[in-house]
Amino acid sequence: MGEITKGTVQEQARRIFICAGSGCISSGSRQVADKLQQALDEAGLNQTVPITMTGCHGFCEQGPIVVIAPDDVFYCRVQPEDAVTLVEQHLVQGQLVESLLYRDSQTGERAKSAHDIGFYAKQQRIVLRNCGTIDPEQIDDYLAREGYQGLARALTMTPEAVIEEVKRSGLRGRGGAGFPTGLKWSFAAGAPGEKKYLVCNGDEGDPGAFMDRSLLEGDPHSVIEGMVIAAYAIGAQAGYAYIRAEYPLAIQRMQIAIDQARARGYLGESVMGTDFAFDLQIKAGAGAFVCGEETALLASIEGERGMPRVRPPYPAIKGLWGYPTNINNVETFGSVPYILRAGADAYAAVGTEKSKGTKVFALTGKVKNTGLVEVPMGLSLREIVFGIGEGIQQDRPFKAVQIGGPSGGCLPAALLDVPVDYDSLIAAGAMMGSGGLVVLDDTTCMVDLARFFLSFTQRESCGKCTPCREGTKRMLEILERITQGEGSMDDIIALERLAGVIKSTSLCGLGQTAPNPVLTTLRYFREEYEAHILEERCPAGVCKALTKFAIVPDKCVGCTACARVCPIHCISGAPKKVHTIDRSRCIGCGQCAGKCRFAAVVRA
Amino acid sequence: MNCNCGGTAESTKDAALATMLAEYREKPGALIPVLQGAQAIYGYLPETVLAQIAAALHLPLSHVFGVVTFYTQFHLQPRGRHIIRVCLGTACHVRGGAAIFTALQQHLDVNDGETTEDQRFTLESVACIGACGLAPVITINDDTFGRLTPEQLPEILARYA
Ligand SMILES: Cc1cc2nc3c(=O)[nH]c(=O)nc-3n(C[C@H](O)[C@H](O)[C@H](O)COP(=O)(O)O)c2cc1C
Ligand code: FES
Repeated sequence: MGEITKGTVQEQARRIFICAGSGCISSGSRQVADKLQQALDEAGLNQTVPITMTGCHGFCEQGPIVVIAPDDVFYCRVQPEDAVTLVEQHLVQGQLVESLLYRDSQTGERAKSAHDIGFYAKQQRIVLRNCGTIDPEQIDDYLAREGYQGLARALTMTPEAVIEEVKRSGLRGRGGAGFPTGLKWSFAAGAPGEKKYLVCNGDEGDPGAFMDRSLLEGDPHSVIEGMVIAAYAIGAQAGYAYIRAEYPLAIQRMQIAIDQARARGYLGESVMGTDFAFDLQIKAGAGAFVCGEETALLASIEGERGMPRVRPPYPAIKGLWGYPTNINNVETFGSVPYILRAGADAYAAVGTEKSKGTKVFALTGKVKNTGLVEVPMGLSLREIVFGIGEGIQQDRPFKAVQIGGPSGGCLPAALLDVPVDYDSLIAAGAMMGSGGLVVLDDTTCMVDLARFFLSFTQRESCGKCTPCREGTKRMLEILERITQGEGSMDDIIALERLAGVIKSTSLCGLGQTAPNPVLTTLRYFREEYEAHILEERCPAGVCKALTKFAIVPDKCVGCTACARVCPIHCISGAPKKVHTIDRSRCIGCGQCAGKCRFAAVVRA
Repeated sequence: MNCNCGGTAESTKDAALATMLAEYREKPGALIPVLQGAQAIYGYLPETVLAQIAAALHLPLSHVFGVVTFYTQFHLQPRGRHIIRVCLGTACHVRGGAAIFTALQQHLDVNDGETTEDQRFTLESVACIGACGLAPVITINDDTFGRLTPEQLPEILARYA
């Protein structure tokens, strides 16, 4: 499929790119591809217009996405029924199919290509540059886009010089903590050991994040190239790509890429004809969030329960099976080929003084444009949420962004101008984390969200150390009490005290960061906690125990829909007459509000 | 009527397990891939299989059991023909994942992790499927369904016999 068939120059340039990222596949892109192929066959164009299945374009909200070259016309929400029109009108008659072009929600104007869409215009794609433009299952597509040239250059340098280059680029680890990558490599390079290992962390357990998945699915060779460069720099002979089992497509594409790289001599006994040898295999994770923590991950590769070990010794000194091991995140490795190809200075020119380069975020939640975005470090939250994301769905009020997942925090509107870099986020009480960015509006309850994260960390705590195992449980109990309307002001003091102890005494990052969602919501949304405790009221109307419903008489037409759905039959009223809810019996399940077509049921 | 499918199927499974154990016997870190392989063969991890694995890899059964129960991917009970995973991750949480989960619980009359009596469905909650842009999301086997509302569920379930 990836081959460009011979033809006239104009015909050669025509190519259909269909997104085969997980998002678009679930929106039906495979069916669209089948129908397009059929339509091409029928129009006699199957020899001249090849179809390429690509990785994620990032704009999952608008999937399935189809891009047609030349001119990269960007069609979105394409359905199988549209295939014939696309072929007839676009390819045969040379006319744009207006109805499938992206329509700007503000101006109502149609955009012809990705560059004309606000979502893409403010992004800068270094790591994701190939996602959506190549067939991830064809190494030749990668090679045609300067693939493996970073490795070629690295192999002409000494390992020390490669490390120096990465240090100068300012690249910091994208797995969460932001440790300088070049420095980390120099530790493993300098550690004595007859064998050394290299590990790629593709566990991506942070709920609300899918950056690593998209990169592995969309451009696996860039991760492999980064790993081979790192292996050369530190002197590793063997490597593992640890990918969570929930990502079957990522595992499959990575395996294909590894096999192709080996067949072409980018992996194996003699990498690119030199006497440097390195090979790579995949380990599928078995489902445990804590396995994203580096020492737990190593235990898991060794076939043990994935429990963290005490550091030091750090993996760079004593890692996999006791040998020096360097472990980096998928996106970290994905940034390396560019640094070696274009040079450290080119990379360091992007970003802020202390956070260089770009960061990929999974922009999700209540924002209009959800999807995967890559931005230069230092862009403000406002530019991400209101620029790229184009604001809140249904133009509701913005409330907060949750950044950094279960280790991160919630930042309010007042902090929208904070630049997104490692240090500014830490100062605000959150952290970069792996790159999940969940946008919240006024219908999200911050106490409930804190409870949600604690229930996650409590469940995922491996149980090895007491502060994390017991402490998260106690914090969760308190939060549950508050969301049930049974909290007291002493509970807030207890939460803060527990948080301090857990942060300072837990064994690994899971416990050390677990209180962050509670602490940031207490810091920026304390009044919501107080409303739950003092007024027994959930301002966002989320906490069921504190929410009751009522019917606005003027709006009720007496359709009986609400009375029929109410599970405890507390709604009364005759057909075509105004209904009423017995407040004392209402359990706040909200099913009536969901059924009402006249917006007559409100929280009260 | 000399069909003996059940028995034959069991013995092919046992043969597949034996082949796999032979392949992994001397490899370091084999336990988890072996468990993953065994579960792919049997659909879950019966106790007799765990004992075989322990013997082949020279590990105490208690150690194997410890690893099995640590990871959410491994199952000690038979599972339904179709596995429904409902995302309750952050992005899905704020876009109504819980309502989807409740609806499925009611519709199938099972709780988290349980299998319907007719062995048709197993219902599980997970934290993030990695399709957050389409929240709320569920997967059934390898199919993903996004931008869901509870009303769509009966029609989707009907596709899985
Ligand atoms: C509980 C926990 C979960 C983690 N999950 C991940 C993860 O899913 N992916 C990842 O790359 N790093 C994760 N990390 C960070 C790793 O321990 C490690 O710092 C990182 O892989 C190093 O790579 P980097 O230097 O390229 O960032 C996690 C850490 C903790 C404490
Ligand atoms: S949070 Fe549901 S798919 Fe990510």
